[in-house]
Amino acid sequence: MPLIKLLQTSTFRLAVIYLALFAASAITLLAYVYWNTAGFLARQTDEAVEAEIAGLAEQYRQGGLPLLVHTVIQRSRDPGQSLYLVLDPAGRVLAGTLDGRPQVEPGADGWFDFTYNRKTLDGTEVKAARARAFYLQEGFYLLVGRDVQERREIENLITNALIWAIGLTIALGLVGGLVMSRNMLARVDDINRSSRDIMEGDLSQRLPIAGTGDELDQLGRNLNAMLDQIEALMIGMRQVTDNIAHDLRSPLNRLRNRIEVTLMQEATPEDYKQALEKTIAEADNLLGTFNALLMIARAEAGSLREAMTWVDLSATLHDAAELYEPVAEEKNLAISIDVPEGLMIWGNRELLSQAVANLLDNAIKHGLPQEGDTERTIAVSADIDPARPGRGVVLSVADRGPGIPEDQRHRVLERFVRLEASRNTPGSGLGLSLVAAVARLHGGTIELDDNRPGLRVSLFLPVSGR
Amino acid sequence: MRILVIEDDLEAAAYVVKGLRESGHIIDHAADGEEGLTLALSSSFDVLIVDRMLPKRDGLSVVETLREEGVRTPVLFLSALGEVDDRIKGLKAGGDDYLTKPYAFAELLARIEVLVRRANPDQVRTRLQVGNLEVDLLARKVVREGQEIDLQPREFRLLEYLMKHAGQVVTRTMLLENVWEYHFDPQTNVIDVHISRLRAKIDKNFDQPLLHTVRGAGYSLRAAD
Repeated sequence: MPLIKLLQTSTFRLAVIYLALFAASAITLLAYVYWNTAGFLARQTDEAVEAEIAGLAEQYRQGGLPLLVHTVIQRSRDPGQSLYLVLDPAGRVLAGTLDGRPQVEPGADGWFDFTYNRKTLDGTEVKAARARAFYLQEGFYLLVGRDVQERREIENLITNALIWAIGLTIALGLVGGLVMSRNMLARVDDINRSSRDIMEGDLSQRLPIAGTGDELDQLGRNLNAMLDQIEALMIGMRQVTDNIAHDLRSPLNRLRNRIEVTLMQEATPEDYKQALEKTIAEADNLLGTFNALLMIARAEAGSLREAMTWVDLSATLHDAAELYEPVAEEKNLAISIDVPEGLMIWGNRELLSQAVANLLDNAIKHGLPQEGDTERTIAVSADIDPARPGRGVVLSVADRGPGIPEDQRHRVLERFVRLEASRNTPGSGLGLSLVAAVARLHGGTIELDDNRPGLRVSLFLPVSGR
Repeated sequence: MRILVIEDDLEAAAYVVKGLRESGHIIDHAADGEEGLTLALSSSFDVLIVDRMLPKRDGLSVVETLREEGVRTPVLFLSALGEVDDRIKGLKAGGDDYLTKPYAFAELLARIEVLVRRANPDQVRTRLQVGNLEVDLLARKVVREGQEIDLQPREFRLLEYLMKHAGQVVTRTMLLENVWEYHFDPQTNVIDVHISRLRAKIDKNFDQPLLHTVRGAGYSLRAAD
């Protein structure tokens, strides 16, 4: 994987930010540790030297130079870590542990660091030291110091440890960030690759799921669910297109044949006129089918949801029943309406009216009662759904005709499906499909039951959309 | 009548122009929105027939501009967009009627007649009369030859609409839109049955029929010539 790409990942950038924060806090912590260890040692050295100086100053005040020299000589016998040196004005050593004055200028605070040769059992060693020096009266020189070799070594140890710790922190953080980003990037790359395949038309592909249940998996699962839905819609669409091709082609073919045959024969103007009139009627039928299909598509796409208002169901049912009442009466059928006054739902008046109209149309066309049945009523009703009081209504249209066998009921909701028994009545096979689409648009469902005898179509609709 | 047809589909326009000329109208044709607007502003027409989707300037904007300029000529929109909200948009822009493609020519003709009549309204009338049939809109009473005829509320509205457009052809779609306020096409010819019921009440026992069927178009209420 190219490094540049790796460095550009958000994971890596995040890792670097965390690393910087972590390093800053580590440095603070270690600085504190350093100040408390190495710093403490340094302060201790200086305090010890100051104490010695204070002691010697006291001797000098009491006994003058001779007592000071005497004390220095005494202390130099068993100096430990302490260093002493007293010089006369000419620079000769009067007392002390050093061979000569160190060639280092003191700093502003009077302290200076230097090295000196220390005698050991096997020769001399160069050691680090720290001291303060004073000029006494008459040009005598006094140096009081301490060997700091050991302290320096401890300091170095601590400093090295700290540098290593910080270095290691940063190195580990960087490597960790890179590894993390690479893993992340590898999975994102997988997802990208699958997406590209899908975009290129392979809708059966799905995004890989690592099974860790993390955010990427959740994302993948959601996208896959979305793809499932798209695929289902595409399949549905293909079925519809096939249906349209089949069910619009046949009437178009019929229409074309009629015109062709008319043109082939010797015909009177009256014949032509008749043929043309039949052609117009057929074209109108086709347009009707086409409009119904469009309406179903619009209802299914949900774009008509914007045109929703509060619809008075009782008025809607009465109006639709009133429209069909004369047609029903011609077949000696009555329409009964049972709906409480002022039953309202959130919906599209036009579509709900059309749904009820289609159901009535079906009931009148296909729901004629058996000979001898005295009960010749189409029952239209709407009421509060007892299963969902206050939230749902159930709207139903029931006839007393032959009904639909149970195994055929779901089939008649599909587009263009017409049962054998109704082949000879006019119709497009789209009426119930539209009713079902209207129910779905309103967030409801459709159910077909046995009315004993007859068919009962019930729409279960929510009062306020979803 | 002088009619301007603004339609970019030349074949469709030729068909409309030919049909309207044969019906005795004088027709001008514009093939795009700009040309149509110029024509409509520069001379006077009785009706404008405007396609919704036009090159250079769409139909809605043409009509909006005309209305801003104070041109009150009735407008009939023709459109392949047939949804209720498209219809409402058309009427809001200043259109007077809206016809969805494809349409029957008889439908177009009937609507043009109604539009022109609407543009010159008589003062509000409470009594309508066709031949010897009289309707009192306030008392909701229908009388023919001195006999009172009892109508259902919807039958009354149906008759009222037919009376208001007496002498004109009224299509089934127009009745469905204006009497029932439905914009869908019921699969069965329900309107015909309503008409025959009405006919049974107002025509059956009288010598001269008033309610006539116009083949391929719709109905017309008129007294015998």
